[in-house]
Amino acid sequence: MIFLTRRATFSASHYYWNEAWSAEKNERVFGRCANLNGHGHNYTLEVTLAGEPDAVTGFVVDLKWLKGVMESEVLAAYDHRHLNLEVDEFKAGKLIPTTENIAIAAWKRLEPAVKKAGGAQLSRVRVYETPEIFAEFRGGA
Amino acid sequence: MNAAGTRAYFGRRYWLSASHRLHSDALTGEANAAAYGKCNHPHGHGHNYGLEVLVGGAVDGETGMVMNLVDLDRVVDEQVLERFDHGNLNLDPAFQHQVPTTENFCRVIFGLLKNALGEGRLEHVRVEETENNFFECTKSEE
Repeated sequence: MIFLTRRATFSASHYYWNEAWSAEKNERVFGRCANLNGHGHNYTLEVTLAGEPDAVTGFVVDLKWLKGVMESEVLAAYDHRHLNLEVDEFKAGKLIPTTENIAIAAWKRLEPAVKKAGGAQLSRVRVYETPEIFAEFRGGA
Repeated sequence: MNAAGTRAYFGRRYWLSASHRLHSDALTGEANAAAYGKCNHPHGHGHNYGLEVLVGGAVDGETGMVMNLVDLDRVVDEQVLERFDHGNLNLDPAFQHQVPTTENFCRVIFGLLKNALGEGRLEHVRVEETENNFFECTKSEE
């Protein structure tokens, strides 16, 4: 089994706010991230696929294809957007766009296209919010 | 879509600077020099260590977090950075009976963080000695 990873970057803004909580509690739990004017990051998305190299091409997957899937399924929705205001899964009352939830949501966006292609399986999605902070999702519940 | 309860992982990177000398009392001077090369020079040397900590758990339904990074920072500060940063690893009690290779350092840090974080939280620890070498200790292979 070979694990192949492709990296891409996107820039987006967000804030953390739980609609069910008071403003005071949001500010206490989320600190500076609760500023409703939002703030932004340069995110890095790492997508890892697992599979066997093709006997003819030697590829686990065609990296150009993977680049296209990452762009069409994730970057087209997230890049240069306000996640809370413009991306369906993070709108008010839905998921808070923490790095953890972005990793899970990116997995869910990528999974149908990877499954449809057959062959390599989605193995890991890692999202860096800054070079020092990241979250990853390995599928399952 | 509701990700509450879904298992995910949260990672954070830290830095610490420390000195060490690789020298085993079980080996002769010559054997130490052969095994450790320039890392055996008598007065030690230092590194800027990169530390990567990955914790796993259910995503909290209210916060969207596996763990609040402020809490993780506090644990890493108390357990690791305050103890080892700007210190000499060879003088720490953890290295009185083992050589402070980065393999052993990684296992020491894994043990300290595992105890402080509680059962099942710590997924892996990665210690980077330089840009070109690193060591990992993982829950499943501990």
